[in-house]
Amino acid sequence: MKQISAYFKQMKTVTKIDYATYAGVVLAFAIVLAFQSAGLLNRSITGMLVPICCYVCMAVSLNLTVGILGELSLGHAGFMSVGAFSGVVASMSLGFTGAGDVVRLVLALVVGAAMAALAGVIVGVPVLRLRGDYLAIVTLAFGEIIKELLNSLLVGFDENGLHILFNYDGSRVVSDLGLTENGVEIIKGAQGVAGNQRLATFTVGFVLVMITLVVVLNLVRSRTGRAVMAIRDNRLAAESVGINVTKYKLIAFVVSAALAGAAGALYGLNLSSLSSTTFDFNASILILVYVVLGGLGNIWGSVVATIVLYVLPEALREFDNLRMLVYAIVLILVMLATHNQRLRALLGRLIPKRKGAAAHG
Amino acid sequence: MAKKFEKGKMVPVPSRSIIPERDLDKSPILECSHLGIDFGGLRAVDDFNLTIGRTEIAGLIGPNGAGKTTVFNLLTKVYQPTRGTILLDGIDTAGKTTTQINRMGIARTFQNIRLFSDLSVEDNVKVGLHNQERYSALTGVLRLPKYWRQEKAAHERALELLSLFEMQDLADHKAGSLPYGAQRRLEIVRALATNPSLLLLDEPAAGMNPSETAELMENIVKIRDTFQIAILLIEHDMNLVMGICEGICVLNFGRVIAKGTSEEIQASPAVIEAYLGKGRGS
Repeated sequence: MKQISAYFKQMKTVTKIDYATYAGVVLAFAIVLAFQSAGLLNRSITGMLVPICCYVCMAVSLNLTVGILGELSLGHAGFMSVGAFSGVVASMSLGFTGAGDVVRLVLALVVGAAMAALAGVIVGVPVLRLRGDYLAIVTLAFGEIIKELLNSLLVGFDENGLHILFNYDGSRVVSDLGLTENGVEIIKGAQGVAGNQRLATFTVGFVLVMITLVVVLNLVRSRTGRAVMAIRDNRLAAESVGINVTKYKLIAFVVSAALAGAAGALYGLNLSSLSSTTFDFNASILILVYVVLGGLGNIWGSVVATIVLYVLPEALREFDNLRMLVYAIVLILVMLATHNQRLRALLGRLIPKRKGAAAHG
Repeated sequence: MAKKFEKGKMVPVPSRSIIPERDLDKSPILECSHLGIDFGGLRAVDDFNLTIGRTEIAGLIGPNGAGKTTVFNLLTKVYQPTRGTILLDGIDTAGKTTTQINRMGIARTFQNIRLFSDLSVEDNVKVGLHNQERYSALTGVLRLPKYWRQEKAAHERALELLSLFEMQDLADHKAGSLPYGAQRRLEIVRALATNPSLLLLDEPAAGMNPSETAELMENIVKIRDTFQIAILLIEHDMNLVMGICEGICVLNFGRVIAKGTSEEIQASPAVIEAYLGKGRGS
């Protein structure tokens, strides 16, 4: 026992915050499970559990790009949609071959992450070489382009394998895929996906949140993360100490995209039908709002902000038409409050040595 | 190590060189010849020649706007030179990037401090140790034994380097929250962490009071003696430059107007003219 307390004493503040973040998420999961088994949660709340997990992963992964790397990304929902659709394709194809649910789920998440990472490489390689806010512009375009691409994609699966058709002139239909009688139509152009088996559960969501947190936090506290933050703080100085700027920007961006892809795959597997319009510009901005409100570079802040801001609109349903207005007012109040020097000083006293004991020592 | 100087056996060092005697039998760490850069029509630096010995402390001085920092930016390839060559330890640095130059052995500090201000003091030094740690991003994420081993070594090395300036107690502070003088010292530590063979210091004493400057002078000599590296510094504080620099190069309007020891520089009419203007009737 003494050894443990001694270990905690010599631990750095950032490490303590990391462990507290994990502990908080585990605790929240346990509480929700307890409530659920006691039958205290109604259907509207249980329906929100998996999407909340997805959006927590989205916010944490976007924080890696925006807060840690310091590059603005306006198309994070684009990576989510790549993950969602490729994950669903993987899941339904494997379902056709008769694979078990767990295998399908895990492989769908892996495929979703891999495809989103690939998209991240394609976007990142040319753009991250440049200086300036080009990433914001390109990711904004990426989000819109991927939506249109998915709208004109026809995918089916049968005994002969995967059939993919790109409906570039709008004249192709699902029957053009040439599927056999037993074949399943997976993506039907603008109609999206229908008849998807819902494999996602809250437990899987929790596991994915934990994986995302471990990946992001461990990355940040490693050599790689320090290089990424050095680039954010001062690019020229980072170059002058021998850091390969493009490489580390790309690592952070691709990891962020891959995690968004996994979250998207989970999101897709939670719905029986899926349309690419879900992942539009508004969705990207929504995730960015979670990140900004939780604090740039602050991982536990992203988790808390996402949960609060996801639940808030639902909790405000009784205000009906005034719902979005109240939501906006709450956002503005939170931002005013968190930028208030006195309030920050008060918070600083309440949570001693919050910023790495930097201010007082 | 110390080879005895034998006449005719070494690479002949040009007569214009100001290398101290102890470095004479070794090849110089830095050789610039006919270095120059144009910004549009402006010749910011022209025909810049400089040779620096293995363990020399050299000074680069000149009036404001003479092109001193531009020379640093040329040496570290922040700007690619328009003309001339830079040999670092005998290797041509043409076409290299700032990152590659650091790996080849040049580290620098900046005139306007460029710390990673949101990172802790220790992490700033660890960023400097980046290329001496060798584990991949995946090892870091999975926290394999290699991660723990190398992070422990980096932690110890960072504190050791910080102790040079007695800053080890500040390790957990945010770099941006340090007082000005400590930020300058931290920049030097971070540069040293990259294990350079040539250290460029851009106005290290700027904003320091006389006692801090005196301490800095001792520390610069201490760094040279400990790490056995060459140091080239830009400085306006003449006490510092004349006190510790073994060779001094004076720049004015992008051209070298004098080179030599501190006595030679102080006696040079061209230098006096550049700093004080031409005397009437002379």
